[in-house]
Amino acid sequence: MNNLLRLREGGAEWVRDDPWQLIRETTGEPPAGPLILPLPQWLALNADTTTALEGVWLGPDDEVTNLIPWFPDLPLIALDFPSFRDGRAYSQAYLLRTRFGWQGELRAIGDVLRDQLSHMRQCGFDSFAVREDKSAEDALKGLAGMSVLYGRSVIEPRPLFRRR
Amino acid sequence: MYQYDDYDRALVFERVAQFRDQVERFMAGELSEEEFLPLRLQNGLYMQKHAYMLRVAIPYGTLGAQQMRTLASIARDYDRGYGHFTTRQNMQFNWIELAQVPDILERLAQVEMHAIQTSGNCVRNITTEAFAGVAADELMDPRPLAEILRQWSTINPEFLFLPRKFKIAICSAKQDRAAIMMHDIGLYLYCDDSGQMLLRVIVGGGLGRTPILGLQIREGLPWQHLLSYVEAVLRVYNRHGRRDNKYKARIKILVKALGIEAFAKEVEEEWQHLKDGPAQLTDVEYERVASAFVPPDYRSLAGTDLDFGTRLAEHPAFARWVARNVQPHKVPGYASVVLSTKPGIAAPPGDVTAEQMEAVALWSEQFGFGEIRIAHEQNIVLPDVPKADLYALWCLACEQGLGSANIGLLTDIIACPGGDFCALANAKSIPIAQAIQARFDDLDYLHDLGDISLNISGCMNACGHHHIGNIGILGVDKNGSEWYQITLGGAQGKNSALGKVIGPSFSAAEVPDVIERIIGTFVRYRESEELFVDTLARIGLEPFKERVYPKVLEVSA
Repeated sequence: MNNLLRLREGGAEWVRDDPWQLIRETTGEPPAGPLILPLPQWLALNADTTTALEGVWLGPDDEVTNLIPWFPDLPLIALDFPSFRDGRAYSQAYLLRTRFGWQGELRAIGDVLRDQLSHMRQCGFDSFAVREDKSAEDALKGLAGMSVLYGRSVIEPRPLFRRR
Repeated sequence: MYQYDDYDRALVFERVAQFRDQVERFMAGELSEEEFLPLRLQNGLYMQKHAYMLRVAIPYGTLGAQQMRTLASIARDYDRGYGHFTTRQNMQFNWIELAQVPDILERLAQVEMHAIQTSGNCVRNITTEAFAGVAADELMDPRPLAEILRQWSTINPEFLFLPRKFKIAICSAKQDRAAIMMHDIGLYLYCDDSGQMLLRVIVGGGLGRTPILGLQIREGLPWQHLLSYVEAVLRVYNRHGRRDNKYKARIKILVKALGIEAFAKEVEEEWQHLKDGPAQLTDVEYERVASAFVPPDYRSLAGTDLDFGTRLAEHPAFARWVARNVQPHKVPGYASVVLSTKPGIAAPPGDVTAEQMEAVALWSEQFGFGEIRIAHEQNIVLPDVPKADLYALWCLACEQGLGSANIGLLTDIIACPGGDFCALANAKSIPIAQAIQARFDDLDYLHDLGDISLNISGCMNACGHHHIGNIGILGVDKNGSEWYQITLGGAQGKNSALGKVIGPSFSAAEVPDVIERIIGTFVRYRESEELFVDTLARIGLEPFKERVYPKVLEVSA
C-alpha cells in the first residue's frame, strides 16, 4: 500500500513503501509478500495454528471476537469501511482496543477519507489506507480533528467532565 | 441558562473553522457532492427545493434574549427576514447561500449557539418540554441531564455514522410534554422515596413511515449511569441496526426485529462492561451543570393580583387568551406564557419574522429574566411572567401578531414546511393549514370545541407529527398530484396513541370540508364538555367515517 498514513509518536507520517498487500478476493495464486486476507480465508489458513500467518481484514458484519485466540502473534488487523458513511468499524475498533485489548496495528481500509480520519484515530485506528484516488498528504490534515472531546474515546477514555 | 466555558467555546469555534475549510474545498471541487453531504448535514445544512436550509440547534428549546436577537439578525442579513421554529425546538432558515454559512455559524458561535448534528445519521438535538424548570407539575428539572447528554453526544466519534438519525428526549413532569414515547430513546426522570434520581428508559419509539410507540427497557436506572446506558444502546444499534434500507434503519425496526426482551438483553450485556467505569457521572459534574439552571431571583408576589383580576373581568378577549395561553407556574404570582405562532392566514405555523424575534427578546427581558423557550408545538414560551404584567404583555403580543388565543385549539396546527420548501415532501402543508385556519376563524366556536390537536406532515417522514395529532393529515403523492390522508385518534403525552386512517385520501380543496364534517360529528355526539379525543374514544371511528364518506354509504346501502 502506498497511500498509507501511520501514527508515530507525537505525530503522523505518510508511508510510501508499506509492504502489506490487501487481498479483497482470493482468486488463484495469492501474490508474494505479507498479505491482508479476508476473514474466511485467513481463518482457513490459520485453522491449525496459533502463530497467525498474514494479516486479516474484517468487514463490518464480522465478529471481532473471532481473532482473540491469535492476538499474541497476529501482525495486523484491518477494518473495512465499505462506505465512509458506514460507521460500524468505529464500534469494532472500540471493542478491539478497549474490551479485547488488541495492541497491534489497527488499519482503516476502504472508503477512508480525510474528513473522518480524526474520528478513526479517536476510536483507536493507528494506520489509515487513504482511498487511492485521494492525496494522502492532503489527508494528513484531517488527522488532528478538534481539540475538545466532550465524551470519551479509545485514546481518551475519560470523558471531559473528568478532565474539566 | 447554561453558559459556555473555554472548552465549549473552543469546540464551536473550531467547528466553524473546520466547516469553513470543508465548504471551501467543496466549492473548489476537492470534495464531491457525496463526500460533502454528511459533512454539511452534520452542520445543519440541507439542500431544499429552492435553496439551502440551515437548521440551528436550540438545545432543549431554551435560548436567551441575546441569542434570539442573533437569530433575528441572521434572518435579516442572510435570509428573507424570517425563520421557522420546528417540532424539534430548532430554528430553520430557508433561503441560505452556501458560501455564507460559515459566517452565519461564526455569528452563532459568538452567542454560544451552533448547528452541530441538527441533521445527519447521528444523535440529534436533545429535547425536553418547553416548561422545564417552571412547570407546576414538574418532578425535577430535566435540563441539567439534557445538557450533559448534549455535550456527550456532540461529535462523539464512534456514533457519527449511525444507521440513521437518533433522537433523544427527556421529561420529568406529570404530563409528558416532550413526547418521549416517540423517540429513539425516551427518558423519564423521577425520584424514589429516598430522593434518589432515577431514569425510566424507553427505546424504539418514532414516527416516520413506521410509527411505533417506544417500549420500556429499563426502570429505576440511577442517574449516574445515564451516559453509560445510552452508550450501550447506541453501540448495539450502531453494530446491528439495518443499513441496507434507509426506511428500515431506525432503532425501532431493530427493536421490533429482535423483540424488546432480546434487545434489552443485548443492551444489558453491553452495559455490564461500561457501568461503574469512567462514563459514570459524578456529583461534581451534575452540580456544575445544574448550577446553570438554578431558579432566577423570583420576587415574592401574592398568588393573586387584584389588577390582573380586574383586567380579566373587563376584557373577555384577554380572559380567553389567559385561559388558553397562560400556564401555571411553580412560583406564586408568576405564570408561563405561550405566544402562538399560528395566527392563521397571516403566517405559516412556526414562522416568525426578525421583528417579532426582537420583540420577543425585549419582552423576555422586560417581563422575565431574559429567557425564552421553544415548544415542540412550534410556539414560543416566556417562562417567567408576573401575573400583574400579563395584560401588558398580551397587548404587545397582539400588536406583533403573536397574541392569538388558540393554544391547544384546532387552529394551533403543527405543520412541517412541506412541499413549498422541502425536497422530500409529497405535498404542501402550509396552504392546507391556512385553509383550515381560514375555515375555523370564529374564536368563540374554537374555544367551545376545546382541546383538539391537528398535525400536518407533507410526507411519511412525519416532521409534522401527524400520527399523534387528534386529527392527523398526511400529504401523499398519487400519480404526481397532491392528496391528503386523514387519521383520527392520535395523542401525545402520557396517553400517547397513534391515529387511525379513516379512509381514502382527499384533494387539497376537499380538506377543509372534511375537517368541518369531522368537527360536526364531534359536536353532534359530544356530551357536555367532553374533549374531542374522549368523544372519539367513546363512539369510535364509524360515525366520523359515515359523515366524511357519505357517498360510499349510499353505494353500500
